Amino acid sequence: MESAKQDIMIDLAVDLGGIAMKNPVAVASGTFGYGKEYEDYLDISALGAVIVKGTTLEPRSGNPPPRIVETAAGMLNAIGLENPGVRAFAQEYLPYLVEKKVTVIANVAGNSLEDYAAMAAYLQGCSGIAGIELNISCPNVKKGGLQFGTDPHMVKEVVRAVKAETSLPVMPKLSPNVTDIVAIARAAEEGGADALSMINTLMGMAIDIRARRPVLANIFGGLSGPAIKPVALRMIYQVFPAVNIPILGGGGIMNSNDALEFIMAGASAISVGTGNFVDPQCAAEIAAGISDYMVAQGIGSLREIVGAAIQR
Amino acid sequence: MARLEKGIILSHRQVAPEIYSLEFAAPALAREASPGQFLQVRTSPTYDPLLRRPISLFDAEAERGVVTLLYRVVGRGTSLLTELPVDGLVDVMGPLGRGFTLPERPEKVLLVGGGMGLAPLLFLGRMLKQGGSQVKILGGAADAQRLWAGNRFERLGISFSPVTVDGSAGRQGLVAELLADWPELDQVDRIYCCGPEAMMAAVSKIAREHNIWGELSLEEHMACGVGACLGCARLLQPGDTGYVKICKDGPVFNMSEVQLFKLD
Ligand SMILES: Cc1cc2nc3c(=O)[nH]c(=O)nc-3n(C[C@H](O)[C@H](O)[C@H](O)COP(=O)(O)OP(=O)(O)OC[C@H]3O[C@@H](n4cnc5c(N)ncnc54)[C@H](O)[C@@H]3O)c2cc1C
Ligand SMILES: Cc1cc2nc3c(=O)[nH]c(=O)nc-3n(C[C@H](O)[C@H](O)[C@H](O)COP(=O)(O)O)c2cc1C
Ligand code: FES
Repeated sequence: MESAKQDIMIDLAVDLGGIAMKNPVAVASGTFGYGKEYEDYLDISALGAVIVKGTTLEPRSGNPPPRIVETAAGMLNAIGLENPGVRAFAQEYLPYLVEKKVTVIANVAGNSLEDYAAMAAYLQGCSGIAGIELNISCPNVKKGGLQFGTDPHMVKEVVRAVKAETSLPVMPKLSPNVTDIVAIARAAEEGGADALSMINTLMGMAIDIRARRPVLANIFGGLSGPAIKPVALRMIYQVFPAVNIPILGGGGIMNSNDALEFIMAGASAISVGTGNFVDPQCAAEIAAGISDYMVAQGIGSLREIVGAAIQR
Repeated sequence: MARLEKGIILSHRQVAPEIYSLEFAAPALAREASPGQFLQVRTSPTYDPLLRRPISLFDAEAERGVVTLLYRVVGRGTSLLTELPVDGLVDVMGPLGRGFTLPERPEKVLLVGGGMGLAPLLFLGRMLKQGGSQVKILGGAADAQRLWAGNRFERLGISFSPVTVDGSAGRQGLVAELLADWPELDQVDRIYCCGPEAMMAAVSKIAREHNIWGELSLEEHMACGVGACLGCARLLQPGDTGYVKICKDGPVFNMSEVQLFKLD
């Protein structure tokens, strides 16, 4: 065993449904801006992937403040998808990341199938994008505001609509605010998804007892951070045996031990979101920590431990 | 360039009721910081409380390589912060944000601070004095004890005029009232202000009426501190269509840009 440790060649690279990552650690959408915001703190080009802030077809100014509030081992956010629109993203922010030679995953949100399709078609023409993450935790205005991500049929439709417009790998980001995550995951796969991103934030709220009203102007917000880690793990553990596409796992990952739990639950790669706020270098540290674990355990490829904890 | 640093704590003590001074070694940070900027401070190594806390640079002495924070205990994060021992490490990110604009030539400057709003004004006062400006400060607080920082200004040769709510030091009342009656107001070139929003609103109004250039510093709850999360959004004027981010576009703004309508 000792000699195996010495000789082992660690391969950290991951193929996430056609998205090539140098290492299994991505930074999550909306928590890392467009990358440049964190350039003083770590080498952007060493990240596995940068998933940029969610973009919409047209610019959005976002929700009124307060937009965030800290909760026990977590935080709630209701940013309201503030962004400059998909064209400004591609023209003004994407070139920086392309120059950094980092894997860029776009994240798109829409209120109709047409929105999603139009963004996919637009991004198809932009060089430097490795894949598209679909934020489906958005209301479908044509279906009375029901969230795309809560209905298997709509999930399948939206993935299909996007796949029809692009040859880029498509990765829907599943909302945990559902009763049957496996049904949603299967629907996404049937729609043609190349990978799954799990999980987005859990809907929650906080109340200001002095003012006797919700803290967030939007009333509800998305819970993220260590508080949601057990939920995320459970969902990935359930979905992994049910699909044949890789999973990008995230939700409360703060260190490499957390990341390894996700991998053993079935994630092929992981994303760090709220953790970036606490330690802006944690994505790099997590990649190093995973590598150390592999060396210590004599694991040559991460694939050997993806889903290793699943009890059959 | 901003950085993530663990500074060795040189001194950490309570200086007034609920108010602490935390001094640590951080040479690069001290060299690069400018007045009005802030740090994102980790208050505990655990994940609860989770987020860093924004705290202004009370002082940053490039020659000594020392940074000082002055903070008030208001909740769990700041109360955990008080437990950091001397010789231990404090985990900070910064310097962050857009600080105060220093004048190009010496000017007659008035600093106006209320409560913890005095914190970012000391470093500013020192830099203004260094640039040859004439600097005075009007400082308000609940009582004399909470005006502890006054001495620090005096030591820099900045005359400190106190105002207290209970009258235990200086004039009794509010700092904006002292400003309104300030005899030399028409000779003042600049006002820099930090404190509760109602106070900054009153100070901005006086500055506007007297046609005095002014800057103020705003607060908003923060997660990232670097402009990535878009959490610290704020409308500067009621009809604005876009939100500024206090951590990146601010925390300092020109008084003419801001219409304060959020009262504490
Ligand atoms: C740019 C800037 C500079 C500041 N400089 C100083 C300073 O020099 N000295 C000082 O004593 N205080 C300063 N503050 C306020 C300080 O950040 C808060 O008092 C502190 O975050 C409270 O944390 P807590 O855990 O003790 O309180 P809690 O109320 O338990 O905190 C809960 C959450 O609310 C946030 N929060 C609460 N009050 C504020 C506030 N006023 N501003 C922003 N976030 C808040 C906390 O960061 C945390 O996320 C500054 C704030 C900003 C935005
Ligand atoms: C401030 C903030 C903004 C976010 N914005 C987006 C977004 O624009 N699109 C998206 O798909 N997810 C967004 N998310 C969700 C994160 O990408 C991530 O899925 C979630 O926070 C769970 O991971 P974490 O616990 O590691 O943060 C946001 C999260 C936070 C905290
Ligand atoms: S705190 Fe994240 S953008 Fe200001």
